[in-house]
Amino acid sequence: MRDDFSETTHFKMDKAQPRLLDNTGQGIVGAPLDRPDGPLKVSGTAPYAADVLPTGCLHGVLVRATISRGKVTAVDKGSLAGVEGVVDVITDPRMIRNPAQGMAGEAPVQTGDEVHYHGQPIALVVAESFETARDAAHRLKVTYEAEDGVAVTPDTAEQEVGDPDTAGDFNAAYDGAAVKVDLDYFSPSHVAAPMEPHAAVAEWTGNQLVLRSALQMVRFNKLEVADSLGISPDAVRILAPYVGGGFGSKLGIGPEAIAACIAAQKLGRPVRVVMSRQTVFDSVLRRSETAQRVRLGATKDGRIVALSHDDRVSNIQGEGFAEPVSQASQFLYGADGLSFQQTVARPAMTPSGSVRAPGEAVGMIAFEAAVDELAEKLGMDPLELRLKNIPDTHPMDGRPYSARRLADCLNDGAERFGWADRKMRREGDWLIGMGMASAARTNMLIESAARVRLTGTGAIVETDMTDIGTGTYAILGQIAAEMLGLSVEQVEVRLGDSDLPGASGSGGSFGASSAGSAVFMAAKTLREELAKRLGCEADDLTLSGGIARGGNVEKSLADLVDSEMVAEATIEGGKTAKESFSAGFGAHFAEVAVNEWTGEVRVRRMLGVMAMGRILNEKTARSQALGGMVWGLGSALHEEMMNDTRDGHVVTRDLANYHVASHLDVPRDMKVVFLEERDDEANPIQSKGIGELGISGAGAAILNAIAHATGKRVRTIPALPDRVIEAMES
Amino acid sequence: MIPFDYTRADALEDAGKALDAKAEVIAGGTNLLDLMKIQVMTPEKLVDITRIDGLSEITKDGDKLRIGALVTNTALANDANVRKGWPLLSRAILAGASAQIRNKATTGGNLLQRTRCPYFYDTSQACNKRAPGTGCAAQGGSGRMLALFGTSEHCLAAHPSDMATAMTALDAVVEIRSADGETRQVPIQAFYQGPGDTPHIENVLAEDDLVTAVILPAPLEGTHQVYRKVRDRASYAFALVTVAAAVKVEDGKIVRADMAFGSIAPHPFQNADVKDMLVGQAPSDALFAKAADALTRAEAPHPDVEYKRPLLRRTLIATLRQACGLSDAHGVDIAKV
Repeated sequence: MRDDFSETTHFKMDKAQPRLLDNTGQGIVGAPLDRPDGPLKVSGTAPYAADVLPTGCLHGVLVRATISRGKVTAVDKGSLAGVEGVVDVITDPRMIRNPAQGMAGEAPVQTGDEVHYHGQPIALVVAESFETARDAAHRLKVTYEAEDGVAVTPDTAEQEVGDPDTAGDFNAAYDGAAVKVDLDYFSPSHVAAPMEPHAAVAEWTGNQLVLRSALQMVRFNKLEVADSLGISPDAVRILAPYVGGGFGSKLGIGPEAIAACIAAQKLGRPVRVVMSRQTVFDSVLRRSETAQRVRLGATKDGRIVALSHDDRVSNIQGEGFAEPVSQASQFLYGADGLSFQQTVARPAMTPSGSVRAPGEAVGMIAFEAAVDELAEKLGMDPLELRLKNIPDTHPMDGRPYSARRLADCLNDGAERFGWADRKMRREGDWLIGMGMASAARTNMLIESAARVRLTGTGAIVETDMTDIGTGTYAILGQIAAEMLGLSVEQVEVRLGDSDLPGASGSGGSFGASSAGSAVFMAAKTLREELAKRLGCEADDLTLSGGIARGGNVEKSLADLVDSEMVAEATIEGGKTAKESFSAGFGAHFAEVAVNEWTGEVRVRRMLGVMAMGRILNEKTARSQALGGMVWGLGSALHEEMMNDTRDGHVVTRDLANYHVASHLDVPRDMKVVFLEERDDEANPIQSKGIGELGISGAGAAILNAIAHATGKRVRTIPALPDRVIEAMES
Repeated sequence: MIPFDYTRADALEDAGKALDAKAEVIAGGTNLLDLMKIQVMTPEKLVDITRIDGLSEITKDGDKLRIGALVTNTALANDANVRKGWPLLSRAILAGASAQIRNKATTGGNLLQRTRCPYFYDTSQACNKRAPGTGCAAQGGSGRMLALFGTSEHCLAAHPSDMATAMTALDAVVEIRSADGETRQVPIQAFYQGPGDTPHIENVLAEDDLVTAVILPAPLEGTHQVYRKVRDRASYAFALVTVAAAVKVEDGKIVRADMAFGSIAPHPFQNADVKDMLVGQAPSDALFAKAADALTRAEAPHPDVEYKRPLLRRTLIATLRQACGLSDAHGVDIAKV
């Protein structure tokens, strides 16, 4: 009997790696397999954060500030006298103003008795039942000292004008350009709107905290909890095995979680806090509204020579995040002169943060619509203009691109969608038009660790990585099974526990590639050891159906593994990210019908053709891409947060007033095509991020289709009926 | 939670006795329960009428149709008689809410549904409808869903019902039973009250009155019935504007033009002048434009609903074109086919 094997490795992505997954030969990676967690979810038995109720659990409801800025002078517990079942009203300087930004790893702003925006959580009412807590939170009398003259709109607030990012001389190039467009666009604030509202259950045993919460990035969240509470990270365990959607809003620890921890510690009983939908709107990070200006200059034959994309976004004082509006505009097309300038306004409004493809989701709507307007002015096919301006290297820093099949996506999509036959036509009152846009989204590798335990009969994958509905359980199991010659049924995947090796978390579409690469590297270590035990070179090893073959020897895994082999691997980005530029690319096509009387827009068809490196699971990848396209549709046509311009409070505080696309808005004819690709510079599994690429550019294709149908441009999104009418009447 | 009494009425008499100023009737609860959870409505007593016999039937009464107050939206929209004789009503109901909500929502409850004004929903905001005398925060606030007509300085809220709008175009009558057992019939146009300086009072019901039925008059034979709802997405959203129209064209002239407009006033809205402009005239785009101009002449009470004027104008023209047979349901010009 051999001893157990145990090894820890650390890998830095300094150079392209061999495409091992193309040679493992099991056909598991990439296959459209069902999610192993699917049955639990559809039967309602997957334990989400608020589902596990410890014995003796109390219930907390957050109380919101109803002034725009100032001080809480008194929280009158006496106002709850006679409300039976109220246990306490918690106010605490450690409570947080808003959720942490993604990957902060430290406490967000803690304001004590200060109020920085209308809707800020300022207290937690704790009661024996949820209903009592909700009622008491409503009755609680709070007195304030409100500041006068607080700027609550982006227009009236202090403006921080940034230095422009430039390459070449934009002004000179623009002045000399034969054909120019100079266009302004506006997009409203968005809310992430995951189906599961933000929730936390905190339980202390002595000085040890167990926090069940709906979170995307457990490794960072653990540090944020510890820092917020002023305790050691070792005293914190976070459990987030199932998360009901995040879309960026669960990247950082939230006010409900910190309040639950404080209350549970003070009261010596577990406390559950679930945000109401209204509270989610009030106090979870929104996507900033944007005011954008795009200037493009081109030669008569359509070569873009000048390219500028300026924007004004907003965030509250003290938050470092600013919606990176021009992110994709900086690498999609080339020009002789480029310039990107951002201004950040500082209103007393709900703070902003990462929401579904921050930057590209709204930046590309404006940018790709402006490219279309340039094409129109040039009298050129918009597809042709894009194909003509694909740069050889990154226009801002000269880096070569890694895998980039943008032209293939554009051409393939045009062919499939029937772009050549594009003709505005009429069906009764409905004007039919077609539009397209490029898709682009930066790709990242974030430090990630995973452990793989191999026995003779199967394997266990362990990481604190989360599955926010994206398919992590499925793909990590597939990678391990593929690498180790097992079936997916033989691999168990354990996620969302901060006691497990720390992963990237789910965000920025980097989770699958980052956590997947960590699992891959751990499994690779195990393969090397198995090869050694079999007596062959690692390159000659074949693992399939529980059998190892190599060097004319064949043995079952059970013969090679005595009890358990354990490998833990950490991967981080390295030289390839500095020496080359990796991004997902694609093309979106849309056909819309616009009612010429009412301005209603109905999307008839959508097609997304994307090249995003190796596809790990064709089914979950497709779902991600489709979901992204639906969000793109929603941002073009429906989504709009409205704020009261007197006190900044959110007016659209529920899903009846804040519209995401309904089923009927989503066309039946909606297709996604993946072009075969390997991104060798991205990571050792040659994959790239998916979900956000589906959004990036999709809305622009719809806006461009509306323009094709009506001959008029809507430059304020969403393109609601009245905005379309206004454009048509202009 | 706020404790409340719950009374189940087994008969109309029980309901009448149980109702008072502190009580609310509960049937489907699709609106009331939401509002109770966020403490916009805080009744001390709920009177459940869902067990009362005789309120869940749709019955023919000669040419008329009697719809019990507990008939669900789904049952009403799917009823064969309704679909044949009063298709406008069926179409209006199906344009509202979702299948799940329509399965639960009742005829009486739908008539009495509350506004969707966000200031009514937010207890941190002043609202004369929710808390009389506190003011109207919607004045000067954000107001995409507010009313265009019939508002007062005390309230700008719109009534969101699709069903009631169709019933108004069809001249429905609301049957009301008072606690003393007397039953009276009130035309739906007289059932609702404008906000004036008492926006919390929305209709003529006394505190112990109960809506028992809605009665539709004889079918409008030979009319084209169109319900057009324009909203911010394709489904499951409250209307920006709606037009309910039953129009009859005979010998090249419009002989009937029964219309009501939804989501633009504190109650389903009608305009007799517009009707008079149409009746007796030959349908034409010019005529429709003239009528639509007349309908939308008034000033908007809030800048955020200014858009409803051109939208309503255009929606009425498109609806009349379809109802008069100038175009089909997709707007295809019949004359040019």
